[in-house]
Amino acid sequence: MSQADTAVVAAPQLGSRGCAPAAAADHVLRERGQREVFCGLTGIVWLHRKIQDAFFLVVGSRTCAHLVQSAAGVMIFAEPRFGTAIIDERDLAGLADANAELDRVVGRLLERRPDIKLLFLVGSCPSEVIKLDLSRAAERLSAQFLPRVRVLNYSGSGIETTFTQGEDACLASLVPGLPAEPPGAADSLMVVGTLPDVVEDQFGRLLQVMGIERVAFLPARRAGSMPAVGPRTRLLLAQPFLADTARALEARGAQRLPAPFPFGDEGSTLWLQAAATAFGVDAQRFEAAVAAPRERARQALARQRAVLAGKRIFFFPDSQLEVPLARFAARELGMQLVEVGSPYLHRQHLAAEMALLPAGTLLSEGQDVERQLDRCRAARPDLVVCGLGLANPLEAEGIATKWSIELVFSPVHGYEQAGDLAALFARPLDRRTRLAA
Amino acid sequence: MQLTLWTYEGPPHVGAMRVATAMRGLHYVLHAPQGDTYADLLFTMIERRRERPPVTYSTFQARDLGGDTAELFQRSVREAYERFRPQAMIVGASCTAELIQDDPGGLAQALDLPIPVIPLELPSYQRKENWGAAETFYQLVRHLAKAPAAPRDSGARPCCNLLGPTALGFRHRDDVREVTELLALIGVDVHVVAPLGATPADLARLPGADFNVVLYPEVASLAARWLERTHRQPFVGVVPIGIGASTDFIHRVAELAGVNPAPALERIEWRARWYAQSVDSTYLTGKRVFVFGDATHAIAAARVASREMGFTVVGLGSYSREFARELREAATLYGVEPLITDDYLEVESRITEAHPELVLGTQMERHIAKRLGLPCAVISAPVHVQDFPARYSPQMGIEGANVMFDTWVHPLMMGLEEHLLTMFRDDFEFHAEAAPSHLGSAATALRAVPAADVPAMAPAVKAVPAAPIESPAVATAVPSSPIELGWAPEAEKELHKIPFFVRGKARRNTERYARDRGVATITVETLYDAKAHFSA
Repeated sequence: MSQADTAVVAAPQLGSRGCAPAAAADHVLRERGQREVFCGLTGIVWLHRKIQDAFFLVVGSRTCAHLVQSAAGVMIFAEPRFGTAIIDERDLAGLADANAELDRVVGRLLERRPDIKLLFLVGSCPSEVIKLDLSRAAERLSAQFLPRVRVLNYSGSGIETTFTQGEDACLASLVPGLPAEPPGAADSLMVVGTLPDVVEDQFGRLLQVMGIERVAFLPARRAGSMPAVGPRTRLLLAQPFLADTARALEARGAQRLPAPFPFGDEGSTLWLQAAATAFGVDAQRFEAAVAAPRERARQALARQRAVLAGKRIFFFPDSQLEVPLARFAARELGMQLVEVGSPYLHRQHLAAEMALLPAGTLLSEGQDVERQLDRCRAARPDLVVCGLGLANPLEAEGIATKWSIELVFSPVHGYEQAGDLAALFARPLDRRTRLAA
Repeated sequence: MQLTLWTYEGPPHVGAMRVATAMRGLHYVLHAPQGDTYADLLFTMIERRRERPPVTYSTFQARDLGGDTAELFQRSVREAYERFRPQAMIVGASCTAELIQDDPGGLAQALDLPIPVIPLELPSYQRKENWGAAETFYQLVRHLAKAPAAPRDSGARPCCNLLGPTALGFRHRDDVREVTELLALIGVDVHVVAPLGATPADLARLPGADFNVVLYPEVASLAARWLERTHRQPFVGVVPIGIGASTDFIHRVAELAGVNPAPALERIEWRARWYAQSVDSTYLTGKRVFVFGDATHAIAAARVASREMGFTVVGLGSYSREFARELREAATLYGVEPLITDDYLEVESRITEAHPELVLGTQMERHIAKRLGLPCAVISAPVHVQDFPARYSPQMGIEGANVMFDTWVHPLMMGLEEHLLTMFRDDFEFHAEAAPSHLGSAATALRAVPAADVPAMAPAVKAVPAAPIESPAVATAVPSSPIELGWAPEAEKELHKIPFFVRGKARRNTERYARDRGVATITVETLYDAKAHFSA
């Protein structure tokens, strides 16, 4: 008999900020045990592409360096803007020494890379366990290198963060340093969460057409142009994994606009609608702005729906994108949800999503990977969304998979990408038909 | 602390995973935080394994650090045993668990499981992946192969064990098959292959062989020496990579097996040898080659390069610190400075200095070579997915020699082809902006820039996809010549007729020659004077 804690609890009633009462998701399975997930360090892989003058220095072990290298694939070779200060025996012998060593490594790094304006000291399991105080190190180094370079710190350790939570920790570390809104400023919209540039530009144009003038994105593409924040800032979260960032922004007076996440036609429309409502955009103008892209998205989705409707899909926990993606798969592609696993369910941020899920959807939070695999095998779903450690082994057992990391690395948000997102689910099934033929 | 952008080896527990994943009936319980499962995908993706590695991670999180991490670990061991029912287990700590000082060995022993549970001490902050693999294999052998073997029939065919192949090993799958066939040719059977494909019960049978063959010293040296001491099994230390080394290997095996190697040697047709002798290979003579990799593959490749391909070895290095002595010895054979480092920036600057025409290395050198515009072939781990090929491609033995010949010459042929295209760059059909010839006249050809329009001091026009050596993209490039030195347009044009892979050297030599003589403008004449001067 396994001793892993398993509990089935009723989903909490949605707060008053939710879109609708919870008619759905009445089962949440909570599990603890072995987890087959990435740690937060992995966020560096896309964050360093987004903030063009930032460098991410992991303070950790050879394992951390090996992980980032494995996750970054071949990007490691294009004069990368990330690296690892590998802790060795001498650093473990005495803490003062470790700080001096860190200063030396950072000095050398900034000497070699004069283009760097923002340096993140990224905490790891080893640095957290030996209690190396990286926040103080960041202050000390900032004092030394300002105004040329600002040094910040966040933790991407596996003991504290799962995969995309690394981005949350990173963005949250930016918040205290954001400029304050000038007094008397008009309302502004801040879109929070790393989006591919192409997607960011699309959203920027749509909001512009609606007449929402003051729109900024966090993170900005350069360290020097991070957006201002204050009581007139309205937040629109583009990603579901930004709990700490949202909290830090709210602490500075910003207000979150509750909305589902912009996946598919429906998600994108409701997300944009939340902004339009908050900024008093009239219905006609909103409709005029979104009509053409909506039509394009619908057409693209109709083609994929033909392949995917009725197919049973199982999500292993990975990025916290699972609930919004499951909502998209169920409502816009006609797929049936077997189990929707997520490393962490943020009840408040997901309220609008949960309200849209089909009644009786089994949600699971956390993981005991062996038991989850047992459930998956028993259910024999048509498609399993999972990490790369599980994908080929499941394929070898005859189960079609879609590897989840691609959903984080590819442009999938918004109208123009709705068809591409659906195609990511359709392609493995299409391939199986072709190879069998 | 060491600033690291690229690491040639993972941490030692990844080496232990390579041994566990290679074997059957063995399970590894690793005390590790959430996230360390990233290593699973090295096996499932790069090697395309059909099963998950047999590794259970205790997956402790920050909230567990208060004190129940030991209990968490024990639960992981118990559940892994109940679920997988392995013949034996190995237990150990990853880098983070090493810091929280639970004792995986003691905790697992306390559970009193009915199977051998072998504790691993893998110091993460001192050692690396290959050492971890070697130590794990050694501990397994030491614990499981204690009993001496029953005496064998005097009439039985000689047999040996093959030691060292692991999961994620560069070409290990096919090397095992090739060496097995080579041994059969000599009249020697393979008793046990380990770790690859072996069970704990198979390890117990190791002492039953007449001798051992160490295929990969980085993994199997420790275990082979222990077997020699404990069970008096001699081992073959020659790694059969290349024709010469394979021949030495056959002699050594024959000596230990007490058989005559001559019939086997007569039967072998070394196609790679004839290919190297054929006139088409003449242009390979004296090509400058830089070799880097794990010590075993680097030393073997240098021998093949110099004696079997007719190259000139201009650099030899390895990231395997444990084998620094062997590598230094090998370097003296070629009169080059040995390079022992795990810092790829150092490797990059040494390659840049050496001006090789071919780089033999790892995935990392492949990228360095790409930046420098040099041909390159992969001879050693770490490698990417394309170096776990579907086709049969050993490095060892007879077919291994053939595979190496093709693999190494291929990028050079490509290089020569590229050079021919460059030579004919101003040709009416082949100029850089011309559309591919198979598109015919339908394609709109862009207007070619005549070479005369190139400013005299401009860096080489990139008419070839590869960047020439003096490309500004290379951080470690030689500083440009002082401003008073100039190139006449005709000389610049003439320089571009020189093969791109030696053009950088020609440019530097000519400029040095001109400076030494106070020549302000380099003419065609200067170019050829310099050429004569330096080739004298």
